Amino acid sequence: MPLTAIYTILISLALILGGIWAEDNLNLLPVVASSNAPIYDELFRVLFVIGIILFVGMTALVIYSLITFRKRPGQTSDGIAIEDNLPLEIFWTAVPAIVVLFVGLYSYDIYERMGGMQLASNNSHDHSLMMKDERIWGGIGTAQEENPEGALSPVNVEVTAMQFAFLFNYPKGEIISGELHVPAGRPVSMKMDSKDVIHAFWVPEFRLKQDIIPGQPTILNFTPTKIGRYPIICAELCGPYHGGMRSTVVVEEPEEYESWFNKNSKIPEVAL
Amino acid sequence: MSISVPPNTEQSSKGIQPTGWLRYFSFSLDHKVIGLQYLVCGFIFYLIGGALASAIRIELTSPISDFMPRDVYNQVLTLHGTIMIFLWIVPVVNGAFGNYLIPFYVGARDMAFPRLNAVAFWLIPPAGLMLISSYFINGAAQSGWTAYPPLSITTPAAGQIVWILSVLLLGGSSIFGGINFIATILKLRRPGLKLMQLPMYCWAMLGTSILVVLSTPVLAGTLILLSFDIVAHTGFFNPSLGGNVIVYQHLFWFYSHPAVYIMVLPAFGLVSEILPVHSRKPLFGYATMVYSIMGIVVLGLVVWAHHMFTSGTPPWMRLFFTIATSFIAVPTGIKFFNWVATLWGGRISLNSAILFSCGFIVNFVLGGITGVALAQVPFDVHVHDTYFVVAHFHYIVYGGSVFVIFSSIYHWYPKFTGKMLDEKLGKIHFLLTFIGFNLCFAPQHWLGLNGMPRRVAEYDPQFTFVNQISSVGALLMALSTLPFLWNVFHSAFRGESSGDNPWQALTPEWLTSSPPPVENWVGEPPLVTKPYGYGQSQLSKEIPNSFIEDKK
Repeated sequence: MPLTAIYTILISLALILGGIWAEDNLNLLPVVASSNAPIYDELFRVLFVIGIILFVGMTALVIYSLITFRKRPGQTSDGIAIEDNLPLEIFWTAVPAIVVLFVGLYSYDIYERMGGMQLASNNSHDHSLMMKDERIWGGIGTAQEENPEGALSPVNVEVTAMQFAFLFNYPKGEIISGELHVPAGRPVSMKMDSKDVIHAFWVPEFRLKQDIIPGQPTILNFTPTKIGRYPIICAELCGPYHGGMRSTVVVEEPEEYESWFNKNSKIPEVAL
Repeated sequence: MSISVPPNTEQSSKGIQPTGWLRYFSFSLDHKVIGLQYLVCGFIFYLIGGALASAIRIELTSPISDFMPRDVYNQVLTLHGTIMIFLWIVPVVNGAFGNYLIPFYVGARDMAFPRLNAVAFWLIPPAGLMLISSYFINGAAQSGWTAYPPLSITTPAAGQIVWILSVLLLGGSSIFGGINFIATILKLRRPGLKLMQLPMYCWAMLGTSILVVLSTPVLAGTLILLSFDIVAHTGFFNPSLGGNVIVYQHLFWFYSHPAVYIMVLPAFGLVSEILPVHSRKPLFGYATMVYSIMGIVVLGLVVWAHHMFTSGTPPWMRLFFTIATSFIAVPTGIKFFNWVATLWGGRISLNSAILFSCGFIVNFVLGGITGVALAQVPFDVHVHDTYFVVAHFHYIVYGGSVFVIFSSIYHWYPKFTGKMLDEKLGKIHFLLTFIGFNLCFAPQHWLGLNGMPRRVAEYDPQFTFVNQISSVGALLMALSTLPFLWNVFHSAFRGESSGDNPWQALTPEWLTSSPPPVENWVGEPPLVTKPYGYGQSQLSKEIPNSFIEDKK
């Protein structure tokens, strides 16, 4: 029995180390380009390691059983008549329950850090985004939380989705653009509405997605962190050209963003 | 509960039913005939759905939309999803095996309502034909199998209406079947047979049927409202008329999430029948298996909104559904550990049936793991509606249900026909399917994480290579049906005779001739109170003498 225990411990250790190694050495996610992407990647790492351990463990058990307990030529007797084992069953009910509970609590923590819980209340104070009779629902993502006391006011953008394009409207400068320009390091708050069917706003590098629902504006907040051009992808089937409904988000240095803004703005003097 | 087993006089006394192979083309009331009608009909639709899947994978070998027009692509993916779910997996894991096996398992001569049973089956072929023919009339539905409004309201109406009618017929068929299974399992049990002595597939079908009866009417009602929106321009879901598109999603997923369990619970039950026989061991932890099925039924009804984490659901709702969904992993995990424990210490015959069952365990574990990940809101907001979900879903329904369907066909074919299937061809079939399946769907996890949305005909060129690997996998899967088809047809005529009980199994369907007589048993049905009593000495009390002699 002690030998079995040692084997069990050794195998478990190997699985855990293998899982961590695999996670560190496989490049499974795109570039990190928003403030909640690193938080997302933390959750991904934990889920991946747990998943690899469970998957490799179960697969190994099945293959081991098939090889070790295969019927050899000439064997005619049945296997051993074990019907149940209460301690064992309690054990494998309890362990998944604990793992699931841990994953749930951990992802709740991540959810909070991404601003999942505060969103609705925060935006209800933001009058520029809230019309009286509309029901606005928020997508997950941080903007205000990370910048308390108005350190940086958010860039407000109104997004209109239609078959098969996104339009970005900057109310402060009356700019209407086909590309989303945002300054790095500053929160962006988007109010999104659709003219026809359901679309979705997705930037893989931001790890954020929010449906754009006709008749029911949604909010999506994020803080871009890395300079670059990233694809905006419509993720909700919206008609024949759904696959082609793409745009670009340009994350720029604040100065570059300002010059872009001023060049396109119809209002000459803008208080940023 | 003192209902005895009435002979199915209606059928036997008239004696006008066709016999031989012709009876499979007739309006028969025999549960075995109906079961096989479900199976063959479902398999034909599987081939059609598979051809559509191949068309999708051909389109995706290049990043531009070049193989078919974009609206046709959307029709193809809609038909593929609808056919595979409503015409292949649900009818086969429930209707086919349920009809064939449940009366045997409860010791009855037929289902509780044989006519309703026949009607339930005969709704399927016309519904399927109608659905497919809509492609040739004015273009099939093109808003995905989820038919989310307002897209389903704005796309051409004819195809969408035919889609709704067809799904309503299929839903009706499911409900008739579900009622029949509940009645048969609870009311037609042979006297002396306790609920906790039933084979596990009965429990799985009882749980599934409860889900069917509770949730399918909701889908039916929803689709009727949707058809009003399309035809009569009402505004239930149409935002331009004041409707709410999110309400549709809630109602739709209230059925369609349990639908996943309607596809996998019976598969769990079938695997629980197959593993003990071929590993010559009792099913491990019978009672916990039963409780876990019921746990899955209860939890399965309260997790639907995890399909809507990006729809703008309120935060508290996201949390509730995250936790409820994650907890389904517990009863599901119990089942998987119990199956491995069933294999442990057995005398496992490494035949096609057990290979497909073990392939199912491996695939489903991966699908379950990605499922728990997807239940986490922060994780889901990145991968929702991407190829990650496509991969997860196919690991559940193909890696889960379809593998089990094949496993079951290898296991019960001798019962259906009295002939053995060829093992060599069966193993080729398994290898091609298993490798093809994993090659096709495993890379799609990466595609989704890195930015490929689902349901697109064109994609970012950086994903070309991985998509081509996936398409090669799909090609292997398509090829894998050839040895299977050859095996099934060839063995039916030229196969080795199987005898009545080639696996020396203890469940009641094997304790009669293969194929069984019209009323299942000549004389009284056997009372099998230990369907998994392998390796035990006191069997002689329950099992008829003829069987014990066979075994020696």
